[in-house]
Amino acid sequence: MQPAKDTLAWMYEKMVTSRRFENAIEKIYMEGKSPVFNMADGPIPGEMHLSDGQEPVAVGVCAHLNPEDVVTATHRPHHQAIAKGVDLKKMAAEIFGKATGLSGGRGGHMHIFDADVNFACSGIIAQGMGPAAGAALSRQIQGKPGVAVSFIGEGAANQGAFHEAMNLAAVWKLPMIVVVEDNAWGISVSKEASTAIQRNSDRAAAYGIPGHYIPGNDPLKIYEVAGEAIERARRGEGPTLIEIETYRLAGHFMGDAEGYRPEGEKDGLFAKDPIPAMRAKLLADGDFTEAELDDLENKAQAAVDEAISFARESADPKPEDALTAVFA
Amino acid sequence: MENERKLTIARAMAEATAQEMRIDPSVFVMGEDIAELGGVFGNTRGLLEEFGKERVRDTPISETGFIGAAVGAAQDGMKPVVELMFVDFFGVCFDAIYNLMAKNTYFSGGKFNVPMVLMTSTGGGYSDAGQHSQCLYGSFAHLPGMKVVSPSNAYDAKGLMTAALRDPNPVIYMYHKGLQGMGWLGTEAGAIVHVPEESYEVEIGKAAIAREGRDVTIVSIAQGVHHGLKAADKLAEQGISAEVVDLRSLVPLDRDTIRASVAKTGRLIVVDEDYHSYGVSGEIIATVTESNMADLKAAPKRIAYPDVPIPFARVMEQHCLPNADKIVAAARDLCGAPVPA
Ligand SMILES: Cc1ncc(C[n+]2csc(CCOP(=O)(O)OP(=O)(O)O)c2C)c(N)n1
Ligand SMILES: [Mg+2]
Repeated sequence: MQPAKDTLAWMYEKMVTSRRFENAIEKIYMEGKSPVFNMADGPIPGEMHLSDGQEPVAVGVCAHLNPEDVVTATHRPHHQAIAKGVDLKKMAAEIFGKATGLSGGRGGHMHIFDADVNFACSGIIAQGMGPAAGAALSRQIQGKPGVAVSFIGEGAANQGAFHEAMNLAAVWKLPMIVVVEDNAWGISVSKEASTAIQRNSDRAAAYGIPGHYIPGNDPLKIYEVAGEAIERARRGEGPTLIEIETYRLAGHFMGDAEGYRPEGEKDGLFAKDPIPAMRAKLLADGDFTEAELDDLENKAQAAVDEAISFARESADPKPEDALTAVFA
Repeated sequence: MENERKLTIARAMAEATAQEMRIDPSVFVMGEDIAELGGVFGNTRGLLEEFGKERVRDTPISETGFIGAAVGAAQDGMKPVVELMFVDFFGVCFDAIYNLMAKNTYFSGGKFNVPMVLMTSTGGGYSDAGQHSQCLYGSFAHLPGMKVVSPSNAYDAKGLMTAALRDPNPVIYMYHKGLQGMGWLGTEAGAIVHVPEESYEVEIGKAAIAREGRDVTIVSIAQGVHHGLKAADKLAEQGISAEVVDLRSLVPLDRDTIRASVAKTGRLIVVDEDYHSYGVSGEIIATVTESNMADLKAAPKRIAYPDVPIPFARVMEQHCLPNADKIVAAARDLCGAPVPA
């Protein structure tokens, strides 16, 4: 399955949007945090988990999804949210904690919720899996179209919820796809140190479902494998477990000194940055001209600029709004 | 003092653990990011270097597995120290905690002991939103069979840790992120105090009078104690003498110290960063009203976190959190001194 040109353009543009968005967030996050770095300060306080380097996963999978399909994401949700079509302006405002944010500032960066495109998050590891299985079950029972995709990190495969939800999805043949983003690290603990097998996709055998490992952080390969799995789920043939080799170019969160990385690891990762790599590939294949790709980048940048300005200029919530929206 | 050695709570916890590990080979430590990183909140720093990988282990992100494993190891002669990185994560592993760790001594008629320490971080105030900012003191203290402590300063942190490590029972050791001394989180200066080098215990179940006073008793724990102390400073300027009780332990609860203080002042304010209802604040008030109604000159007050999930946005979170000004207003009200406009 090869993406059509407009899909390729969409994938590239969304990857660039995600990267530029995070570049902007990264810079603003540091405002008010120097010379003394205190997470509580600045226009964007709290923890910040960037997804730089992991964009291929998000676009390769979400290229096959419609707004009606369900995505559950993690503490590192920006790339997936952007690829799923979450409103960028409202998402930026949420990350700033503004009244115009997706949740009026109640959720913040680890709790991005956009009902319009069926996107939800949990900052608790692997806890997106149960709800994804439930959404898939609901579609099955109601005979409604749509699949559920649960994105998790490779560290999350060692959580009880992973096993429980995988088995549920398999035994009930749910239209669900679990996408494991293998960035090799769970904070400071390597996959090797925490996980008894090399590839979590091998665990699919334990549930009698297909499992695929995709090396190389390659958006086109991801597109192909995810497409087959999603088609399979749409046909009612049940879940698939996909693990994708990807890279976290940033720290676990902003402020992470990353002393646990072997020397030189970061340089090696930057050399494999998937965005320049995709640009080079699109040019080499002759599918796009430089000008076309520049246009896509400019479009991405414009969307990011607009979202960031919107967030900056929006008003803070009223303090007492904290007490509302607890119940329906 | 010139030769005073001041430590952060993080360093005090690590020092107490290291000192026990030197004399007790059954002590070992496990949790997420506690080995090479030394704990996200610094409380196991240096342990891997001194004691090696066998006794200081990073775990997979498998809290049910490794906390359950700690229970089994504790029953088998080891003394595990495990870390639940944020208390908010208890949802994925609570069975191992409250149905196993806390009950196996009782179920076995005392044939099995479960001597272990579960360290976990609490508290917000830095915009980490609703799954990374809770205190949940009441949730743990409510359930029988486990001791629960939470220090407000490094001296108590070391002594409580040593006591916890020597206790034959499971101890939940809750450390507040805002007191921990991690620069990147900001830190309450009052938590960084003199800590003796030698090993010592702070008795679990014994509250401290953090500041003596006559007119009103402010009872709290961890960060709330510092809010109380700051309020007491302001109140002193306004002619109101506040006594601040630092509970240090929630289980066992030092009811005598609370009652004695209220018997003296006749007024009670409980400060709790945990949710308002069904929690520590209600328990402290009941402790007083069950026994010394006659001592009370006014109805007790509580300043607690409202019963809502913790919001991300700074203005909303700060609106909800207890602080010195809220305590001052409550104290003035209790003492019949109108709040200045
Ligand atoms: C149940 C639970 N345990 C621990 C954490 C703390 N934590 C947040 S992110 C993280 C590492 C996650 O690693 P991985 O799943 O590989 O995702 P990545 O951060 O690499 O994207 C940990 C341990 C948590 N949020 N939830
Ligand atoms: Mg990872």
